[in-house]
Amino acid sequence: MKIMNCPLNGPRNISEFVWGGEVKPMPDPAATSDQDWAEWLFLENNEAGIVREWWCHVPTSFWFIAERNTVTDEILKTYPAGDVFKSRVDFAAKAEKQS
Amino acid sequence: MIPAFVPLKILRYGFRKKYPAERFIPPAKDLKKSYDVVIIGGGGHALACAYYLAHTHGITNVCVLERGYLAGGNTARNTAIIRSNYLTPEGVRFYEQSLKLYREFSQELDFNILYSERGHFTLAHTDAAVRTSRWRAEVNKQLGVNSELIYPDEIARLCPHLNMSDKVRYPIMGALYHPPGSIARHDAVAWAYARGAAKLGVEIHQQTPVTKILVENGTVKGVETPRGTVYANRVMQAVAGNTSMVAKMAGFRLPIRTIPLQACVSVPLKPFLDQIVVSGSLHVYVSQSSRGELVMGGSTDPYGLYSTRSTLDFKEGLLGHMLELLPMLGEVKVLRQWAGMTDMTPDFSPIMGLTPVKNYYIDSGWGTWGFKATPVCGMTMAHTIANDSPHDLIKPFYLDRFVEYAQVGEKGAASVGH
Repeated sequence: MKIMNCPLNGPRNISEFVWGGEVKPMPDPAATSDQDWAEWLFLENNEAGIVREWWCHVPTSFWFIAERNTVTDEILKTYPAGDVFKSRVDFAAKAEKQS
Repeated sequence: MIPAFVPLKILRYGFRKKYPAERFIPPAKDLKKSYDVVIIGGGGHALACAYYLAHTHGITNVCVLERGYLAGGNTARNTAIIRSNYLTPEGVRFYEQSLKLYREFSQELDFNILYSERGHFTLAHTDAAVRTSRWRAEVNKQLGVNSELIYPDEIARLCPHLNMSDKVRYPIMGALYHPPGSIARHDAVAWAYARGAAKLGVEIHQQTPVTKILVENGTVKGVETPRGTVYANRVMQAVAGNTSMVAKMAGFRLPIRTIPLQACVSVPLKPFLDQIVVSGSLHVYVSQSSRGELVMGGSTDPYGLYSTRSTLDFKEGLLGHMLELLPMLGEVKVLRQWAGMTDMTPDFSPIMGLTPVKNYYIDSGWGTWGFKATPVCGMTMAHTIANDSPHDLIKPFYLDRFVEYAQVGEKGAASVGH
């Protein structure tokens, strides 16, 4: 079986992981239009080549980021989401601002 | 003993000029400078569209550009099942039209596609699945599709090979029974359309990839290939698997993920399985081909990939479930395995019709439901191209339904458990 290196749990079988799709910058939910939100939600780059994606280790519910080649089926790199996302999205504050 | 002159007689018959071997597609010519319509892709859908453009709409100045060889992609890689017992009214109407066209196919195109009506079971192993089956049966009946919910006694009578025991992980509780469910020879479908289109004057160019799509002021002007630039009034892409890559050349993005779908066949066995047996919960579908091979498929791969590799994980999962349904297959060997690249959409419905680029049309979003739609896609896309307006049957499958939050949630698709 294919092995994926989980940043939290080390090398595990790929069947323990769930694919979460492309990492895309999220628009500000309070300020964005319905159309932009739908585009962020549904439209995919669907690249043939090296991509950056969300993955989850299911038994531990740990979400992280993997860099993967979608042509050769190679996993190049995995790291915690914190390496990319430095601050939390404060949904509550944004909702307040909106109302 | 065979008399010595018999082989000679056969040889003489074979060399007679009176019955020359038919050439389906004329030998390749040089590409012309321009065409009325250029179709990117040379699979079943593209060839069907070319055929209906020429046959129904009288547009014969058409060029089909295929990167590899004809029908070498998903047309060659599906499990050849044809049915119309979907869940959404939009889906049922669309696939029912396709089934009707398939029934007339061999007659209309004078080409035997080995269309074989088998009856199609969608097994239900949970209360939720029984409920969905009833829901589907009612939607189907409302739209004139022969489909009903049956229970274990009836299933055992119709398909006595199925393991109806309750001593398994997922006992069979009921089934959606669809008598018109069929299988056909998939390659023959593409060849028949190719021959039909070529006879009417359509040019088919294999080994001709499109490297660039020329767009000026939001209108498509033509395509570039290694064999030269081809101008066209209208261009369509039908390249499931590589849809996003081709659409990117035209300058727009799609809600599609490319995910492999694997399948395999067993060694040939004597005919024993009449029906097509499908289980959404177990992710299994199996039918016996006219050659006696069991054609088996399951769900799409767990993650996206532009590759047609096969995995052991897939077969372990699939065959484990298969043995639960048909335990007597324990000693049977797998003969071949393969994979295709599917266009998975978020709502399991296709994306067809107009695009943000003027005069550029798309036939995409063919996840696990493309082969059965081949004739209706050709028919409706030809109408769409000829009139620059989507055919009524494909209106619900327009691209902008995602940004307008008007998706067509098709839980009747093969890869969906419920």
